[in-house]
Order: sequence, then structure tokens, then C-alpha cells
Amino acid sequence: MVRKAFEAELQELKDNILMLGSMVEHAIVNSVETLKKRDIKGAEQIIAADKEINKKRFDIEAQLMVLIATQQPMAHDLRLLASSMEIISELERMGDYAKGIANINIRMGDEPLLKPLIDIPRMAQKGADMLHRALTAFVNEDVETAKAIPIEDDEVDALYNQIYRELMVFIIEDPKNIERANWLLWVSHNLERVADRVTNICERTVFIVTGEMTEVKNSDDEFWHGQKK
Amino acid sequence: MMTNNNSEPKYVIETQDLEIYYGDFKAVTNVNMKIEHNKITAIIGPSGCGKSTLLRAFNRMNELYAGTSIKGNVIFNGQDIYAKEVDPVEVRYRIGMVFQKPNPFPKSIYENIAWTARIHGYKGNMDELVESSLQQAALWDEVKDKLHQSGLSLSGGQQQRLCIARAISIKPEVILMDEPASALDPIATLKIEELMQELKKNYTITIVTHNMQQAARASDYTAMMMLSGEGERSGTVIEFDETKKIFTRPSDKRTEDYVTGRFG
Repeated sequence: MVRKAFEAELQELKDNILMLGSMVEHAIVNSVETLKKRDIKGAEQIIAADKEINKKRFDIEAQLMVLIATQQPMAHDLRLLASSMEIISELERMGDYAKGIANINIRMGDEPLLKPLIDIPRMAQKGADMLHRALTAFVNEDVETAKAIPIEDDEVDALYNQIYRELMVFIIEDPKNIERANWLLWVSHNLERVADRVTNICERTVFIVTGEMTEVKNSDDEFWHGQKK
Repeated sequence: MMTNNNSEPKYVIETQDLEIYYGDFKAVTNVNMKIEHNKITAIIGPSGCGKSTLLRAFNRMNELYAGTSIKGNVIFNGQDIYAKEVDPVEVRYRIGMVFQKPNPFPKSIYENIAWTARIHGYKGNMDELVESSLQQAALWDEVKDKLHQSGLSLSGGQQQRLCIARAISIKPEVILMDEPASALDPIATLKIEELMQELKKNYTITIVTHNMQQAARASDYTAMMMLSGEGERSGTVIEFDETKKIFTRPSDKRTEDYVTGRFG
């Protein structure tokens, strides 16, 4: 094997991406947990941790630039490095969604939650779980799994639509609920976007292995607030 | 011998079941390849897989080595260049060649071109021909004040462009280049590559290169060659496609392994 050093660097790159992914996964789940408990301190920690996520992303980006400049990758290597650039940016944006949820928590101040959170933590768990498996599929270059995960986005969309309808009922019942409903809607929208970005990561994994750049699942097909667009 | 009038005109050279022998040894086997007009086609592959041998078969240059022979056909503009009535000198006149090491004649810059043109019976205005050849080879500005100095006084990169000027002075249709930049520094290499982009407007270029980045940067099509077969192995083209496909998503695992540096 004439690529020992390069192979080692590729492995290190994948390890770093896994680490970034795990930071993002924690941020997503914690942002909803702290919201559920109305834990403002916890929310502030999530916002601080997002700086670490951003820094990690820049570090990986720098590592990628060095690999591209020094190794002049071709074919599979090129697809892996180009896709990694895309994937770390998806992860960083997912981290921003978690930070957004933490911000909502802080902004709510002393206001109690409009309703107990049941489906929103489910969405967060589901999204984080999909993310975890999507990154495992990426590291193992497992096309079958990468193609299967985006289908689960339907479950996340279904939860989102359910939450949306529920919150609309609160609003219709009493316009004083509008602000608090809107906060939760915002939270669930962020979580819905997490799952969409997991789909993008899966598409990259398929591309790395096969060279085919296709949409595994067209997220435009989803219901928009429970109604066909 | 056969002429192939059915070949699409956009292909200037076409090989049909081409095999190339050194004595009894089959160096290249089963090559069916079409070289497109006004394009740059690169031939890549590990050392000893027959790239230069294949290139030299395109203008019968192999015949200068004793004991070489071919089977199959090399069709140039519908004409089999190995047909009995074809003069190999005429073939090399229309399909020119530039070699790895610049090989200017030990004559003045001017005479490198003028002498070549005279041998090929050029009767026109020699000053004009020298200037236009050097212009096309992007060398004119650097040598216009010293045309009567020896061609060997130039730098390696300039010598190589002089050889290109010499090749195009006799108006070939195709220029074959065998590792034309491997003896040059990176700047001289880039000059040759830029020159190739200019030249392909008027000529068809086929280049053998070990430099993968050069093939990726400079060519439109890439042929990947490798030794194949059982026992006595000989070189063949295992994948031929658009360059951008070869270097981003090759179809053949062996091409993938070669362009990513797993062997070769």
C-alpha cells in the first residue's frame, strides 16, 4: 500500500467528522431537554457549546484544505473530501438549530410552556438518532443504510404536522396563546430541518460510494403544515 | 487495404483491434480507440503498459525500431496508415510528434524550422513561416531578437516549444506528444499545457503523460492503459472516457486505484 500516510489522514478526518456529529447530536437532544425543564442555565451552556461546534467545523475545514492541496485527490478520494466539506457545513447548521432552540428557551423567560412537551422531544430523539446512523453510514460508506434513513424523515414530518395542528387549535381557542404557540412552532420547525439535513448527509454518502449525485428523497414532496402545497 | 468510409468524420484517428508486437512479444493488445478532432486525448497508465508504444503506432514511429509489427488497423481520416501504398514518411508528416526530451536540431532557431520546412518541400515565404510557427508555439516574443542563435542555447521549456513550432511548421493534422513536459519545471510545464489549449483549435493532440494532474488539467478525453491477460501480459486500454469522468468517477476499479495512487 503506497498510501499509508494518506489513509491515516483520511481516517483521522472521518474521526473528526464523527466527533463533530456527536457534539451536534448532544446539542439537539439537550436543547429540547433543557427547554422541557425550562433550564435557562442549560440553555446558556448549549449556546456556549455551539461556539465549540463552529470551531470544530473550521478545524476540519482547514484539515480538508490541506488534504486537497497536498494530496490532489482523484475519484473516490475527491468525492470523499468534497462531500466532507458539505457534510461539516450541514452539521454546523444543525448545531445552529439547537442553539436557536436554546435561544427560544431563554427568550421565554418566566413564561410557562404552553403545553407539556411530548412530540417535540420525540422529534429531537428521532432526528438525533437519524443523524447518528447517517454518520455511521458515512464512515462505513454503507450505501444501503444511507438510502434507507431519509425515508424516516416522513415520521419527523408527521410529528411536525401534528404539532402544528395542535398549536393552531391553541391559537384559535385564545389569541393570547399566539406568542407561546409560536415559540414551540419555531422549535419544532428547527427539529424538522435537522432531519432534512440528515437526508443531505445520506445523499453525500451515496455520492461518495457510487459517484451518483441524486436526491434520495425529495423533501419538497412533504406535506406543508398538513396540507399539500 | 481497407479504408473505412463509415467512420464518423469527427474522429481523426481510429484504431481497430490494434495489436503491437516487438518480435514475438505482444506489447499492446486489443485497442479500439477513437481520437476526436480538435480535442486533447491523454493516455495514462503505469510504467511499461504500452502507452508510448501505442502512441508511436499512431504515426508508424514504431517501425524505426527493428522487429516491430502490428495487427489490426489504424485509420487516419478514413485511410489505413499501414496500407501497402502508404508512405510512412508521409504519415509522420501529417501526424507529428514531440518527445519527452526536447530535441532541437543543432542549428539556429530559425533553421530548426526553415530546414524542416525545406525538407518537406516548402516553397513559400520562409520568414513568414518561421514567425507564424514560433507565434503558434508561443515562443516568438522570447526569441524574435535571437533567431540565429543555436536552438540548443534556449532553456528546456523553450526548446520544447521550439520542437512544437518545428512540428507545426509542416502543418500536421495531429500532434502526438510523449511526456512533453516531464523534463520541464512547473512554469515551463504550464506554458506547454496552455499552448496545448491554443493548439487544439487547429490541431488534434494526443499526449502520453505520467502526470495525473496534467492529464486532468489539460485533456478532454483520457485513455487508461494497463497490463492485462493471463501469462504473457500485454497492455491494453481498460477505460476510455471524458477526462472529467475518469478523474471524478471512473467506471473501472483499476482506473480508480491508479488515479488515486493505489498502484502504478
